[in-house]
Amino acid sequence: MPSSRRIFLRNAALAMVGIGTAPIWLERALYAQDAPGRRKKVLVAIFQRGAADGLNIVVPHSDQAYYDLRPTINIPRPGSGEGAAIDLDGHFGLHPALAPFKGLFDQGHLAVIHAAGSPDPTRSHFDAQDYMESGTPGLKATTSGWLNRSVLGETGKVSPIRALSMGATLPRTMQGPTPAIAVESIGNFQVKDAAAAKAFESLYQGSTDQILNGAGRETFEAASLLQSIQKTPYQPATGANYPKSRFGDNLRQIAQLIKSNVGVEVAFADVGGWDHHVNEGPLLNNLLKDFGQAIAAFHVDLGDRMEDVVLVTMSEFGRTAKENGTRGTDHGHANCMFVLGGNVQGGKVHGPWPGLAQEQLYEARDLDITTDFRAVLGDLVTGHLGNKNLRAVFPNYKGSILPLLKA
Amino acid sequence: MIRKFESAIALLLCAALSSPTFARKQVKAVALAVPQITADQKIEQVLNRLTYGARPGDVERVHQIGLTAFIDQQLHPESLPENSALEVKLAPLETLRMLPSEMVLKYPPSQQIRAMAKGNQPYPTDPETLRVVQRFIDRYKARLAQGKPDPDNMTDDRPPADLEKVGQSLPPAQREIFQNGKPDQKVALLESLSATTQYDILDAMPRGKRQALFTVASPQLRRRIHLLQGGPQQVVNSDLAEGKLFRAVYSNRQLEEVLTDFWYNHFNVFLDKGADRYMVTTYERDVIRPHVLGNFKELLLATAQSPAMLFYLDNTQSVAPGMDKRPNGKKPSRGLNENYGRELMELHTLGVDGGYTQQDVTEVARCFTGWTIKELRTGGVFQFNERLHDQGEKSVLGVKIPADGGISDGLKVIDILAHSPATAHFISKSLATRFVSDNPTPALVDRMAATFTKTDGDLRATMKTMFEAPEFYTPASFQAKVKSPFELMASALRATGAEVDYGFALVQQLNTLGEPLYRKAEPTGYSNKGSDWLNSASLLARMNFAVALTNNKVQGTKVNVKPEVAQTLGGPNFQKH
Repeated sequence: MPSSRRIFLRNAALAMVGIGTAPIWLERALYAQDAPGRRKKVLVAIFQRGAADGLNIVVPHSDQAYYDLRPTINIPRPGSGEGAAIDLDGHFGLHPALAPFKGLFDQGHLAVIHAAGSPDPTRSHFDAQDYMESGTPGLKATTSGWLNRSVLGETGKVSPIRALSMGATLPRTMQGPTPAIAVESIGNFQVKDAAAAKAFESLYQGSTDQILNGAGRETFEAASLLQSIQKTPYQPATGANYPKSRFGDNLRQIAQLIKSNVGVEVAFADVGGWDHHVNEGPLLNNLLKDFGQAIAAFHVDLGDRMEDVVLVTMSEFGRTAKENGTRGTDHGHANCMFVLGGNVQGGKVHGPWPGLAQEQLYEARDLDITTDFRAVLGDLVTGHLGNKNLRAVFPNYKGSILPLLKA
Repeated sequence: MIRKFESAIALLLCAALSSPTFARKQVKAVALAVPQITADQKIEQVLNRLTYGARPGDVERVHQIGLTAFIDQQLHPESLPENSALEVKLAPLETLRMLPSEMVLKYPPSQQIRAMAKGNQPYPTDPETLRVVQRFIDRYKARLAQGKPDPDNMTDDRPPADLEKVGQSLPPAQREIFQNGKPDQKVALLESLSATTQYDILDAMPRGKRQALFTVASPQLRRRIHLLQGGPQQVVNSDLAEGKLFRAVYSNRQLEEVLTDFWYNHFNVFLDKGADRYMVTTYERDVIRPHVLGNFKELLLATAQSPAMLFYLDNTQSVAPGMDKRPNGKKPSRGLNENYGRELMELHTLGVDGGYTQQDVTEVARCFTGWTIKELRTGGVFQFNERLHDQGEKSVLGVKIPADGGISDGLKVIDILAHSPATAHFISKSLATRFVSDNPTPALVDRMAATFTKTDGDLRATMKTMFEAPEFYTPASFQAKVKSPFELMASALRATGAEVDYGFALVQQLNTLGEPLYRKAEPTGYSNKGSDWLNSASLLARMNFAVALTNNKVQGTKVNVKPEVAQTLGGPNFQKH
């Protein structure tokens, strides 16, 4: 589309949005990204808050030390009956609650990276989440998040929801130079009184406070766009059975927005409750059921669109290799990550295995890191999103990148 | 404002040029001087930060008694008579005055109702509780008799409403009211019937119609609706949140309320973690509130020995390594749990940069082994269990703690941490971030920390240093903080002189606004930085709240203002204070 026409459309639509009369087609045309050759790539980042126990999620079942360290909370070897791990490659197996992942792995859509994480030694949830979200382990002064920085600079038409986070608050990783929005639910994203909405819009436009002025503008642009989408009730693809949970709802809404072609480029959702110091077994089982079912449903829902989408999961650190005294685990170091997408080198557990023998453990207690989380994200940012300026996304990272995308 | 400041500097510069000796003095004065806001703005600043926002007439009242006297009053809440209207509002919230053991009896959790159904526990003796619990148990047994699976939640599962059937026992005129009457007619009729009939009818009403009664129901009837809807345990939680809201809006001891919020958040406990549902009430009331203007070490020790914290951060589970070992090795032994030890240093005292190591975390955790609680039904109070304590020698932050110290190990740790310079600094910075600005100046934090150290952790003195500091009254800190959702709500209610009859709907609005009360799962608590609260979802929720409030669409709350006031309350200026 020639730029003059684009500008005309944008201005015309915004003018009409302002008076609440923009036809849906016009708004869609304004932000549509599916013109030939312009279909944008989408990166969906999932954060498991609380430090998920990677060793019980992707189980190193061929490593005897794992069973020695975890006499009561281990996941039994594949084939040993109920509750056993689901084998992936003869060495690693999935927690049985992640059964929906087995097919995705075998079809080559799902990759696992084990012993991955942040090299910073902190075992504070707060600090570790902060570092993983900012993308600068050890550097607290970073004011923005890597996911925000990974969005390419403006190229003319910008969707107000190109950087989107599900939930009432904007997470650290979404803060930064690219306007990003937090959406609790698409349906409720509006001022419910039209007259008041107009008044608020002009008040925030007139505010001399930069933060409030900016937040106001982003809010009203996004609200009008989301309302236009909401006019048709969303029906996920057949077979996409999202769990009835906050996480399931959030992934369903992200899928809806991606399929609506309104310019989402990066999306974020989190899922909490992984801090299992006590009685880990049943707690982890329930969380993983929700986690696995939601992500598998997302994959089914997007169908062919997964060619343009990569979903990556992370958690601030792993947990102690040895179980603690209360059938749980304490704060540890390395973890496992999942990467899902049509263009992903799936069907493989990536990353060298550091081992679990006493002398192989980090600080003699935790799984050591052999793959920096930024090595995992690196290919997704450069290869998938096409942002070649990785130095700007991960400023103090000097390591290599793990190739995760198909050539 | 800015122009005035510039002309003041210009005057000083003129003087400096005309007299060399005077000049040296003045240059020094300029370097030290921090620009100040006007006297009227100072009053506004104090009302904004020491209270949950000015009510109509507050500015004049502060004018009358003077700023210093007002601050002094707020620093001595015990000298302020409490608002009698608040006491009336708090009176029906009886769990606020109960012990956890009493709450469990009168408002039993779902698991206990199941145990009663199975005959493993006696039925409640309180007649009101018995009426409700009997209903849940009958329903539960009916479900099992039909071969349905054991439900997860005894109080969540309700059969479809059958108002027809219940209505058959009523005279036609009454039946007509329940079917088609207005809420006030229904309530008047309900209040004239026996408690059992009330429950029968309420039980059979669709949820929406039942909630419509809230606006006109008496507190007692509202409690009955609550009991039926969320189960007895829900009443404990709604009392707590409603009480907090009432106090923020109506208490005369405003600073005490703001500080109770601050310190609860500093020593955050998550309400929805199991037994904490019954322990948060006493935690806030007996552990946090009495110390907010007292001594930091006493506050710290009170939290360390509070059942709510011991349970929340798993210290109740932490025992000396190898303690419970069975000879056959089959039964798993309990052992050390580091959760409390770590958060005690990172979040409660030293701060994450306070200079402790992983080894310190483990050693502190060892010191607190055996700090546990009695069972909830037998009082749920703190106890030190010598048998579970690690009696070995420890070393914490370079201080040797000799073997066989027993409970004194933990007490020693509290003492070390309370007196660490890192703690003085961390606490001062947190307070200044909440009360002065998102990025307080190091000079201010240092002066507060000096007071903290000099007074052995006197929080009142530390607050006083902060409120007297020139940094508290700079243009840069005036109207500079974005309000948290709770601050926004309370200040809107105060500014409009709202009459909050009951707070249920307001408390629910806070979930949408992003600050569910007592429900921050992480030990970090909510952010003290205002800027962390601002994003598009929360901004929309704020605007929607303003519209709903001014149009009297928030159940249980009445305001008498023009609808245009919504634009003020939801507009950009009111989001800051």
